[in-house]
Amino acid sequence: MIAKPSKGSAGKTGLWRTFKPVYDVEKCNLCHLCWLYCPENAIDVLEDRIVIDYDYCKGCGICAKICAKKAIEMVREEET
Amino acid sequence: MKIKDLSKEKYLLPGTTACQGCPHALGLKTLGMALGDRFVLVVPAGCTTIIAGSRDKSAFKFPCLHVPFASAPAVATGLGSAFKKLGKNGIPVVWMGDGGSDIGFATLSGACVRKDDMIVIVSDNEAYMNTGIQTSGTTFWKAKTTTSPKGKKEEKKDLALIMLMHKADYVATASVGYLQDFIEKLKRASEIEGFRFIHLHSPCPPGWGFDSSETVEVARMAVKCGAWILWEFDGKFKISTQSKPYKDKKRRLPLADYLKRQRRFRHLSDEDIAEIERRIDEQWKIILALEKVFS
Repeated sequence: MIAKPSKGSAGKTGLWRTFKPVYDVEKCNLCHLCWLYCPENAIDVLEDRIVIDYDYCKGCGICAKICAKKAIEMVREEET
Repeated sequence: MKIKDLSKEKYLLPGTTACQGCPHALGLKTLGMALGDRFVLVVPAGCTTIIAGSRDKSAFKFPCLHVPFASAPAVATGLGSAFKKLGKNGIPVVWMGDGGSDIGFATLSGACVRKDDMIVIVSDNEAYMNTGIQTSGTTFWKAKTTTSPKGKKEEKKDLALIMLMHKADYVATASVGYLQDFIEKLKRASEIEGFRFIHLHSPCPPGWGFDSSETVEVARMAVKCGAWILWEFDGKFKISTQSKPYKDKKRRLPLADYLKRQRRFRHLSDEDIAEIERRIDEQWKIILALEKVFS
C-alpha cells in the first residue's frame, strides 16, 4: 500500500479545538504572518482576505498572537 | 525574503497528528517552501514519524522515508549516491530530533567526515518529547524532564558547534520563531554541495510547559535574551541579522522572562538564573571569537 498525500491524515482535527480563531477582515492589513506561522497550514490567502479552514484548525492560537493588527481573536467554542 | 514572494504551495497538508502549536509542523511546512520538489525526506523515529501520517494517508506532499533510529544519515548517504549514479537532481534531507542526533551520532559524524551530499536538520526541542519528555544531550542545564525531576545536572551539548568543528561544508542555527531566516538558510544550503547542517530551535508546548499559542513567542524570546544564537557558516562565520543586536549584553531581554514562562524552569532560584546567564555569556564569547577567527 502506498500512502497518498491527503488532508486530514489524523481526521477532522478541527474537533480538537477549545478556542476558535475569529477573523475580522476590517482590521487585517494582509501581512500574511498568520499564514506563514500557522503550524497546521489551515490558513489560505486570497487577494483581499485570509480564509481559515475550520475543518482542520486545531485552535492553537499562534495566528492571534502573531497578528499585530489584532485581526484574529480567540473565542471559546460553544458546546453544541 | 518577503512573505509575498514565498511559495503558496502546501507541502504539509492540514489535519496532521501534530499537537496544537507544534514547532516541527512549522519547520516541516517551510521545508517544501524553501526546497520545492527537489528533496526526499529521511526521518528516524520521533514525533515527525507520527506527523507524517499513517496507513494510506500521508500528511507530506514530498517523498518521505522512515528509517531505523540510528541510521538516518547513513540512509541519506545511500540516497545521495543513488541520485548521483542515476543523474537525478535530488537532495536527501535528514529531518531528526535531538533524540535522533544523540542515538544516531555515529552515522551523523560519519556522513559529515565523508562530506556526503545531504542536508541534515536537527529540530531540537531539548528533550525526547515523543517518548515522554526524557532528558537528551541538548536539554538545558537545570531543566526539569521526567528523567531529571529536580532539573538536569549535566551541561547542554552544542550540536551546531560540534558539526562546525567536524568541518561540515555549511552549518547554521535557525529558529521556528524566524521562519523567513530558516527558509533563507535552507535555500543557501541547497546551493552548496556536500554536507550541510542546520540546527533548528523548536520550543515544544507540552514538553516545556507553555501555552500552544506561545510557540513562536517563546522561540523569539530565546533569541532576544541571547539564550539561542542565530549564526551561519559557509566558509565565513556570520552572526545572523536577528541575533546581531544581542552581541551587546545590555540590549538582551531579561533571561528570567524567558525561563519563567516555561514550566520546566519554574523551580529555578535567582542563583540558578544568574548561573545560566553566566553560561550564556560564555557561549557568546565563543561565538564572537569564532566570528573573528572565520572572518
